[in-house]
Order: sequence, then structure tokens, then C-alpha cells
Amino acid sequence: MTERIDWENIKKIAMRDAYGQTLVQLGGQNKDIVVLDADLSKSTKTADFAKVFPERFFNMGIAEQNLMGFSAGLAAAGKVPFASTFAVFATGRAFEQIRNSIAYPKLNVKIAATHAGISVGEDGASHQAIEDLALMRALPNMTVLAPADAEETRQVIKAAAAYKGPVYIRMGRLAVPVLFDQSYKFEIGKANVRREGKDVAIIANGLMVAEALKAAEILNSQGIEATVVNCASVKPLDENTIIAVSQQTGAVVTAEEHNIIGGLGSAVAEVLSENYPVPLCRVGIKDTFGESGRPEELLVKYGLTAAEIVKVAQKVIKKKNCKISA
Amino acid sequence: MTNLKEMACQIRQDIIEMLAAAKSGHPGGSLSAADIVAVLYFSEMRIDPENPSWPDRDRFVLSKGHAAPVLYAALAEKGFFPREELLKLRQTGHFLQGHPDMKKVPGVDMSTGSLGQGISAAAGMALAGKIDNKSYRVYCLLGDGEVAEGLVWEAAMAAAQYKLDNLLVILDNNGLQIDGPNKEVMNSEPLADKWRAFGWNVLETDGHDTGGLNASMEVAKNLRGKPTIILAKTVKGKGVSFMENQAGWHGNAPSSEQADIALKELRGVKA
Repeated sequence: MTERIDWENIKKIAMRDAYGQTLVQLGGQNKDIVVLDADLSKSTKTADFAKVFPERFFNMGIAEQNLMGFSAGLAAAGKVPFASTFAVFATGRAFEQIRNSIAYPKLNVKIAATHAGISVGEDGASHQAIEDLALMRALPNMTVLAPADAEETRQVIKAAAAYKGPVYIRMGRLAVPVLFDQSYKFEIGKANVRREGKDVAIIANGLMVAEALKAAEILNSQGIEATVVNCASVKPLDENTIIAVSQQTGAVVTAEEHNIIGGLGSAVAEVLSENYPVPLCRVGIKDTFGESGRPEELLVKYGLTAAEIVKVAQKVIKKKNCKISA
Repeated sequence: MTNLKEMACQIRQDIIEMLAAAKSGHPGGSLSAADIVAVLYFSEMRIDPENPSWPDRDRFVLSKGHAAPVLYAALAEKGFFPREELLKLRQTGHFLQGHPDMKKVPGVDMSTGSLGQGISAAAGMALAGKIDNKSYRVYCLLGDGEVAEGLVWEAAMAAAQYKLDNLLVILDNNGLQIDGPNKEVMNSEPLADKWRAFGWNVLETDGHDTGGLNASMEVAKNLRGKPTIILAKTVKGKGVSFMENQAGWHGNAPSSEQADIALKELRGVKA
């Protein structure tokens, strides 16, 4: 598999656009689906649902804690609420409501957050969630999903609606390359090996999957064969696939638009250190807050690029044959 | 028809026995709410102990979750689970948790304990009832120290916005919280004005007068277009002389000797 993608002409769609459309589709199929927002429905795209199903859309105003509390109560009474706002406010402002009113009683609430990561851009660090996966991953009963493109977002939203229990879904603001077509099948708890190579495995999610695929193409031109794993299901994590690609390659790079503490990189490191330790390097935000700027510039400045993955992959491959001396 | 005064007295005895057995827990706010909870479970609410998850049942959310003993006592007296379970409160491997857990205890409609969250979930349940055109009502017991939580007011605003007249909140207004009188710790008055300003009907009654509570709940049922709150004036530790109006009995269990004295007093009331 030495797939080459036409990156210049690839179609780009924002995950949140796919989210809004999928909600409308699901709303028609399941009358129990209700959607709640906290005064950001035009940005999160829940406004699409509100337009078609106004009787099942509830604006909670700028009150994220109450957004989660109402959602918990609706779920306890048999509804399937999708609660949306920006990732910072969903997971940070309302963390303890999610913990005690949703995760602890395992209520059927879907927390669908948009504007995650530094690619929020100009609004700056206050609005750029870099710790949301860590927060949600640490909660028992919580399923954590971070899709890579519009098609995977559609499938993630459908899978979340079909699953009974709390789910956190992480989406970005930007239009991102469409990597999957309808033949792709997302499953909670399953990673997807998108490209296979023997030298290094790159495990990524969110908008870093596209960068990982670009990196694999660059590495290929240097004679290095990379496996690329799209790991939208951060929790439950597909441990079997992660261990298998590590066995096949002996070196792992993780790539995510999230703090290197607590997100996908940490999750993969936890699994491998206990099961199959191999050299591993994490590409991500290096425990720092973001800043204002154009998204593309910020992604470069914070090392969230194919070039950075290539550099880190070369480094981790060199570590493969180094014996650690005591 | 259950004698509500007797039932409240029985619930108070259960509370004392449970807490003495558990050697920890919250007597003050459980005793202050005993009459309110007795009226709800033995007169007001449409519930079926044989079918705790009946979709059309009335719901109760104990937003002041630390008063779990009063709820557990009412559920056991109503027949949701055997009374013997009460004496296993807070013990490892048994289902009566320190704060209500809807996944473990039959009849508990919402897990609570972190203050302010119960009223928000209760309002969500009431909204679900509206969406489905169901006739069930949602009852929520709120603490007067609890109203310092910002989420209480977020929920209050939204309940009025969505005209949740199927939601009845009862405020257990005992005037005390862990660190002392509400007025000194964080003054929440004027409560009636605040709730009215948030778009609620406000009723006031003596929270130990079962007749008055019953009457207020009847009135609330006929108020349309707005949620209603009953400000129920209560005495923290009500029914046990040495606990009454003592903030120190918020979160301390009685010793077995203290429990004996308390039970004698309560049985005396009953006789």
C-alpha cells in the first residue's frame, strides 16, 4: 500500500458541518433524539437540527453546566440528548456536571463538542481546548471519539447515537481533507490501519491523520515505509491493533492536536509500555497553551505538521536498535 | 391512607438507626426534610414500588444529596427494598451509598450529591415530560445552603424559559449549613423575591406541617405556565432535641448512646 493522495485538489469539509447534517438525518429516524446547545448553535451547526426539528432543540443559553444537567435529566427520562458547545466549555466549564450527573450514572448523553484544538485560530488560547481528551478519558463509563474527517464524523455520530451510554465526540472548526468514502466503516473501539509499512507506525487522530498520511508519503520517498493508523476511538482503545502494528514496525509515533499529556499519545504509551514496549515519540502540543493566529500558521508553529511527524519518525527509528545501557 | 405525621416520625427513627449503624452521615438535613419526604412518598407522588422504572411515574430528585438517609428510609418504608438494608448504609459491598446512586438503589431517580446538579437534572426530566406530553410530575428537594451554587440559578432560569409547570421544587429552609447559619456563611435571602424574579411561582409553608405541605402541593399542581417552588421553613435536626438548630449535627452521626436517647424522644412523640 503506497497510497498517494492528491493533496492540492482534495475536497475539504469541516467536521462540524458533517455533524449538523448527520443530526438532521438521525432526528428523522429517532424521535427520542433531542439537541441542546449553549448559544453557539450557528458555530456548532446544531442550528441545522433546530431548523428542521425546532420542537426538539433547546437552547440553554450561555450556561454549560446547566446544558449538561438538563441533558442528564432528559436522558434519565428516556431521551437521547446531544449536547453541544465548544470543547473548552463542554469539558472544562462543565466537567463536574459531566462527571457526577452523566458519567457516574452512565446516562445516555452525547457530548458533541466542536472547536477543539489550536486550529480554532484567532480566538486564542482561552478558546483552544488542548486538554479535553485527557479530561474525558479519565472518566469511568465515558467513551471518547475523535474523528479525522467529515465522513468519519458522520459515522462517529451515528455510532454514538446507536450506543447506549455517555460519549464525548471531539470535532474541529476547520475544513479538513476528506480522507474516507462511504465504504469506510467506523466502529467504537476499533482503529483503522490506513497504510501499511514495516519501518515505523504513526498512530494519529483528528486533523493529524491527514498529516500522518502526508508524512508517510514523504518517508516513502526517503525509502522508509510507514504504517498509518487512524485512531478515532481514543477510549475504548483498540489495544490489539496498536500492539500488532508495534510488533510489525518496532517504532511508534503518535500524532494529535492535543496536549502530549493525557491524550492519544499517553493512551498509546500506556498500552505499549505494559504490553510491548518499543521506542515511542509523541507529536502534539508540548504542554503549553496556544495563542491567536491563523490556524495554518499555528499548526506549523506548534509542530502539528507532516514535516514534524517525518522528523520525529526518523528519530524514533534510530532508537530502535539502541540498547539502553544501565 | 397513611398517617403522615406517624410516617415522618418513623422515617426519623429510621434515619437515627441508620446513621448510628453507619457511624457517619448527615442527620441534621435528613431530619429537617422528613415531613416533606413523607408527604411526597406517602401522599403526593404516583409511584409503584413493584415497578420502580415505570415510565409514567412521578420523579423525585434529592438535590441535597447528603440527606440520602431520609430518602432511603422513605423508599424502604414504601417497599422499594427491605428495611434491613437501611442498617447497611455506607458499608462496602452494600447498595445504599453515602449519596444517592440511581444505578444501585431501586426508586432513586437521579444520582446526586454534588450540590446544584439535582435541580438541573430534575428540570431536564420535566422537559422530557413536556416533550412527550406525559402527565408525570417531577419533584426536587433543594437545600438552602445549596442555593449558593450558580447552577441552581442557571436551572431556575431555564425552567422558567421552558415553562416547566410540571416541576415542583421544595426548599428545605432550615437556615443552617456546615460552617454555620446561612446568613453568616453566604446570605441567600430574600429567597422568595429571588425565585419570583427568576419567573417562578413561590409558595411558603411550615415544612413540618404535613397538612400545609399537602395543601401547597395541591395548589402547585394547578399553577400553569411556570415552575413552582415551596419555601418550606424547617428546623435542622427536627425531632431530636439535642440536634435541633445545631449546625454541628450537619454531618456527624450519633453514638449508640445518643441514638438511644434520640429514639426514645421520637417514640415518645409517636405515642
